[in-house]
Amino acid sequence: MATVRIPTPLRKLTQGAEEVSASGKNVGELIADLEKHYPGIKERICDEAGAVRRFVNIFVKDEDIRFLQNLDTPLKDSDEVSIVPAIAGG
Amino acid sequence: MSTLRSPKITVIGAGGLGCPALYALGPELAARDARVVIVDDDRVDLSNLQRQILHRTADLGRLKVDSAEEALAARFPALAVEARALRVGRENARAVVAGSDVVLDGTDSIEAKFLINDACVLERVPLVHGGVLRFSGQLLSVLPGQACYRCLFEAPPPPGAAPSCQEAGVLGAVCGLLGALMAEEALAILDGKPALGSTLLVIDALSGERRRIKIKPRPDCQVCGAHPTITSLDLHREAAAC
Repeated sequence: MATVRIPTPLRKLTQGAEEVSASGKNVGELIADLEKHYPGIKERICDEAGAVRRFVNIFVKDEDIRFLQNLDTPLKDSDEVSIVPAIAGG
Repeated sequence: MSTLRSPKITVIGAGGLGCPALYALGPELAARDARVVIVDDDRVDLSNLQRQILHRTADLGRLKVDSAEEALAARFPALAVEARALRVGRENARAVVAGSDVVLDGTDSIEAKFLINDACVLERVPLVHGGVLRFSGQLLSVLPGQACYRCLFEAPPPPGAAPSCQEAGVLGAVCGLLGALMAEEALAILDGKPALGSTLLVIDALSGERRRIKIKPRPDCQVCGAHPTITSLDLHREAAAC
C-alpha cells in the first residue's frame, strides 16, 4: 500500500489523520480506494468528470502527476503520494 | 549586503501574513534605505488581532495601512513607508506591482492570489506568495522565467469548494512563522539568492514538518507558458471577486 499525505483541508474526512495508507496500481485506483475508506474525499480531489481539480495537485514521490501519466501514473507500495490543494488564507 | 540601491518592496495585505512579514522586514529594509509600500483597503477588526500583530485594540475601525504605517514608524523610524488604502483589482494590479523589486502577497482570497501572480508575471516582478489555513502554510517564490503560481495551480476553486480562513480558522503562530519566512525570502530575492524559486514550501505546524516540493514550469500555463492566453488583466476572470 502506498502512503498518502492528507492536506489540512481534507483531514476532517480522515478523522484527523495526516497520513493514511491506500492501495491501487495507479493514482486513479488509489483515489477510488481512498473514497472507499473515507467517503467524500474523491469529490474534494476530482471534478464531476473524474479529472483532478485545477486547484489541487497530486505528487508521487514529489513528482507532479501532470508531468507523469496523470491519474494513470503507476504506483508501487513504497511510494509516497501527496495531495496539495491551494490554500489562500492570509 | 544588497546589491540594489533603495529597493522598493510592495506588501499587498496588511493582515495575518503582511503584519509579521513587515515586522521582520522593518529593520533590514531600514538599514538598506528601502521603501516599503503597503497596500490594503481593509479596516482593523477585533477578530484580526490574534494574528495581525501590527494592529492594536486602539486601532479598531482604522484603515490597516494607517495602523501598520504608524506601528512601523514607531518601531523603525528610519524606514520609509508608503500606505496605499486601495483594493487590488484587475484595473490596478499591474500598476501596484510595477517597479517593485519584490512583491509579497499576504492577501486572504484565492482570486487575489491568482490576480497578483498574473500581474507580477506580466510585469516581470519577483513575487513571494504565501497562504495559510488552520495549522498549515504554503510559500512559493515566483521569479521571472521560472514556474509561477498558475503553473502549480491552474485556476481557483469555484465559490464554496474550498474553506476560507473565516470558515476554517487560522492559527496566529502559523501566520507569524510564514510571514517571517516570506520576509526572509524577500530579502534573499533582493540579495539575488532566492531559496524558493520554483519550489513550494509546505509547512504543517501540527506535525512540525516542512517539505519542499519542486515545481516545474508548465508549458501550457495560461500566463507564463509558450502560448499564454492571459496577456492582459482587462478581462481577468478571477479579478471580479478580489
